[in-house]
Amino acid sequence: MIVAKRKPLGEIVEMTAPYKKVTVIGCRSCVAICLAGGEKEVKMLVSALKVRNKKEGRKQDLEGLVVERQCEKEWVKEVEDKILGSDLVLSMACSLGAQTIGDMYPERLCFPALNTGMFGVPEEQGVWSEKCVGCGNCVIHTTGGICPIARCAKSMLNGPCGGSANRKCEVNLEVDCAWAAIYDRLKLQNRLDLIEKVTPAKDWSTSHSGGRRVYVREDAKLTPHQKKGKEAVQ
Amino acid sequence: MAERKPKIVGFCCERHGMDAAVLSARSGKQTDASVRLVQVPCTGRVDGIHLLKAFEDGADAVFVLGCLEKNCYYDTGSIEGRKRVNYVKQMLTEVGIENERLEMFNAASTNAWAYPEIVSKMVQVAKKLGPIGGGEKQ
Repeated sequence: MIVAKRKPLGEIVEMTAPYKKVTVIGCRSCVAICLAGGEKEVKMLVSALKVRNKKEGRKQDLEGLVVERQCEKEWVKEVEDKILGSDLVLSMACSLGAQTIGDMYPERLCFPALNTGMFGVPEEQGVWSEKCVGCGNCVIHTTGGICPIARCAKSMLNGPCGGSANRKCEVNLEVDCAWAAIYDRLKLQNRLDLIEKVTPAKDWSTSHSGGRRVYVREDAKLTPHQKKGKEAVQ
Repeated sequence: MAERKPKIVGFCCERHGMDAAVLSARSGKQTDASVRLVQVPCTGRVDGIHLLKAFEDGADAVFVLGCLEKNCYYDTGSIEGRKRVNYVKQMLTEVGIENERLEMFNAASTNAWAYPEIVSKMVQVAKKLGPIGGGEKQ
């Protein structure tokens, strides 16, 4: 899932201060699971901003609400009147949610309350770690199910670098060497022969370096005729 | 004009926290603030939004009173409560509110003097800092 973190409140106060009517919109998907922008976090942010306004004697109309998935237009549409009635929308979704609102209502202001961080998994309660960087060309079937691109600081593809020592990464001694983990996993799976297989230089054209990526499923796309019919129903 | 009494909200667990407050009252100990107690099943039930809401609704200071950490009725409830208090203290600091307005305390139900001491401490804080924003509830 997408893991995000709330921006420091001082920064949020600064960006919202000039606006009279501010609507904080959270999301019940990934950011709710990582405790950054779900219903509870929206309520707490609104309350904290109200306490701050009380101290400053600032009159600001603050409202908080949550949508099911802020990155999907159908769900955002449900709160359209709230968005159009605000001077500022403060998105507590990941950047995708904030940008969806921005794209749907380009004349309105939508600022992010979260810093979107990574594709991660919950390791334990309150701990999330990065396991994928979305390179667009998955290789984990050859590395025991462990991604060397995300989990190795140097994204090495053919074993550990010279800085790996005592199963730890030289970049941070608290971090396990990804290739030590890959070795262990392959050994467990009786597939250690894979560790000797040389992987050629990665094709990075599928990654972000080529600019904005767009995936299309032709069979799922609506034809112009279907789009026309859908618009007529709406 | 009479001196304004600080507005203090206390979240007390129904086990040791509330019992300590009741025992203190039965012992005839007086407190000088307008303390509004909210009984909760356990301080682990107290959420950040409850604490912030109390400030939003006009409290000058807020405290949470739970069981002793190694003697919590629900084992780790008062530890959870303390974690929430610390999180909200951090939020208060970030929005420029003095974080000593919020405190977590632990007491045994048989400790009659703990509650007046807690109230006295929070009254001192509230008097020193005054109401948030310098006035009555907006």
